[in-house]
Amino acid sequence: MGRNESKMVSLNKNYGTKDSLRQPQLDRIAHIQPYLKTVWENIRIVWEDTLGRIGMIILIFFILLAIFGPLIAPYGAYEKCRAPDGTLKRMQPPSWRHPLGTTYYGRDVLSQVILGTRQVVLVGFISALMVVVVGTNIGLITGYYKGNIDNFLMRLTDIVYGIPFLPFSMVLISIIGKGVSSIIIAIVVILWRSTARVIRSQVLSLRERPFVLALKVAGASDFRVIYKHIAPNILPMVFLYASFAIAWAVAAEASICFLGLGDPNTISWGQILFYAFLTKGVNSPYWWIIPPGICIMLLVMSAFFIGRAYEKVVNPQLRER
Amino acid sequence: MRKFLITRILYMILTLFIFVTLCFFLFRMLPGDPTALVISPILMPEAQAALKAQFGLDKPLHIQYYLYFKNLLKGDLGISFIYRTPVINIIKGKILNTLILMGLGMLLCLIIGILGGTVMAWLRGSKLDTGAIIFSLAFRSTPEFWSGMLILLVFGYKLEWFPVGRMHTPGFEAFGFWDQYFNVDFLKHLILPLTTLTLYYLASPLLVMRNSMLEVLHTDFVELAIAKGLHPLRVMYQHAARNALLPVVTLISLMVGYAVGGQVLLETIFSWPGMGKEMVDAVNSNDYPMAQGAFLFLGATVISMNLLADVLYCYLDPRIQYGEE
Repeated sequence: MGRNESKMVSLNKNYGTKDSLRQPQLDRIAHIQPYLKTVWENIRIVWEDTLGRIGMIILIFFILLAIFGPLIAPYGAYEKCRAPDGTLKRMQPPSWRHPLGTTYYGRDVLSQVILGTRQVVLVGFISALMVVVVGTNIGLITGYYKGNIDNFLMRLTDIVYGIPFLPFSMVLISIIGKGVSSIIIAIVVILWRSTARVIRSQVLSLRERPFVLALKVAGASDFRVIYKHIAPNILPMVFLYASFAIAWAVAAEASICFLGLGDPNTISWGQILFYAFLTKGVNSPYWWIIPPGICIMLLVMSAFFIGRAYEKVVNPQLRER
Repeated sequence: MRKFLITRILYMILTLFIFVTLCFFLFRMLPGDPTALVISPILMPEAQAALKAQFGLDKPLHIQYYLYFKNLLKGDLGISFIYRTPVINIIKGKILNTLILMGLGMLLCLIIGILGGTVMAWLRGSKLDTGAIIFSLAFRSTPEFWSGMLILLVFGYKLEWFPVGRMHTPGFEAFGFWDQYFNVDFLKHLILPLTTLTLYYLASPLLVMRNSMLEVLHTDFVELAIAKGLHPLRVMYQHAARNALLPVVTLISLMVGYAVGGQVLLETIFSWPGMGKEMVDAVNSNDYPMAQGAFLFLGATVISMNLLADVLYCYLDPRIQYGEE
């Protein structure tokens, strides 16, 4: 582990030395600048990897689809499509009017898939962000303050590890009601644990470094040490876990919706599959179940690819292999 | 080592205790009348009042909590609304089905992951290596309910090689434990869900083993083994793989945690009569005692499996000093 960390620190080598010379009024901008710079640097690193680039292209495609979906989709998500003579177009195979066919309820599958993107991407990103923010902060605090706080929060992590995710979210959503925010809450409440554990182990070794000791001797407050000096060093790890969190969150959202716990007024890929399974069981027509499944797979895979490409930053040894 | 074991078991009991407490509060926050937890709303008012007194639901919360624990220790989890039998009896009949499917799946994942990861590291950069990475990541990204649906659609409905769901052919009567699980009929029903489960969870042990092996392959003792002219298979499995196993062992508890939750989806798709399907059915039909029982047992499974993984780790790596953090 020791070798990796020295690389990670050197990524931010311009950091932590000059800030005492800066004017106080510039301090606020100086806080954000290294973070922003790291973000751009990281995107560049992922782009240089073949699989990472593929992942990024897929991700950007789905983000665009989520934003402009309602402009592209030919029909509404729950619109009943009728033939000219007024009969419902049930389970029609793909045709020019309906490139991905229709469902048992006469809804256009292509439109449902396009319109479903928004909820998936939204839940994926918001919950990944929240998972990472919660997990990182808990990791930073537990790693930095040893003793009781650490013990307490790590026991809490152990308990959360003991809770099976899907059964828990089923109960939780029964309590707080169906909806997009309920899904996000269920995901965040459980999934912060792995980020917290990994960040903690990083901080545990960082806090023993000379630069941290020097800061303490110089009289820096704990808050300053944690967020200005330790946090930038664990950023690569945070980005890595953010990309994994997107993958987990998208898969989790699909699973929850598939179990019928999604908001019935919105549409998402998991929900399309839920309706298919509800009406036709496994023996649904291929045009109904293949497209949403492929979308879930591609989106999760893109996040994994980005994570794998990015892992080379966190673990430079991987590059030689 | 003994000290470590005792500490771990104490922690497990503490974790279990807090989990059970969490369960108590969660299920009392469910919408509607909290008494709905143990009393079916269709009963007569007098019968409801009698049941309320029996379960102590007319008493303050801390006494209810005490009664809940007392009943739990006695194995009394209330009576299912739907089945109209004690929840514990239903769980007894189903928990083994879940554990067998999940346990076999995890075992297969570990075996294939360890054996395959070793070869992948040995042949790193080859077509086999890259292909296996993409293949395993693709299945890891596919939600298991969807791959399960496709597998069932292709091999069950279209090709008709395997039965479509359930654990036995309808009308099957088992005479005792051995008869239930050790026959061709069960095996036929097991293959499709087991394949789905294994394909989904294979990526983690496979890739972790590969990474860990890559590290070991750089060490001197492996060079020496190769220089001695040993057969590559012997170098791989007798020398290198044994030293690369530990990270995979740490993974077990994580995998089991996800797999227990995933059973909910898998058993729904394959109509497997286990705890996961029971949980879904119970939540959908507001059968709160059943849902609570299922949730408790699924959580307890994860917690005890975590302990098992810790003990295994301790056994495999005696270098680590436990007890003090």
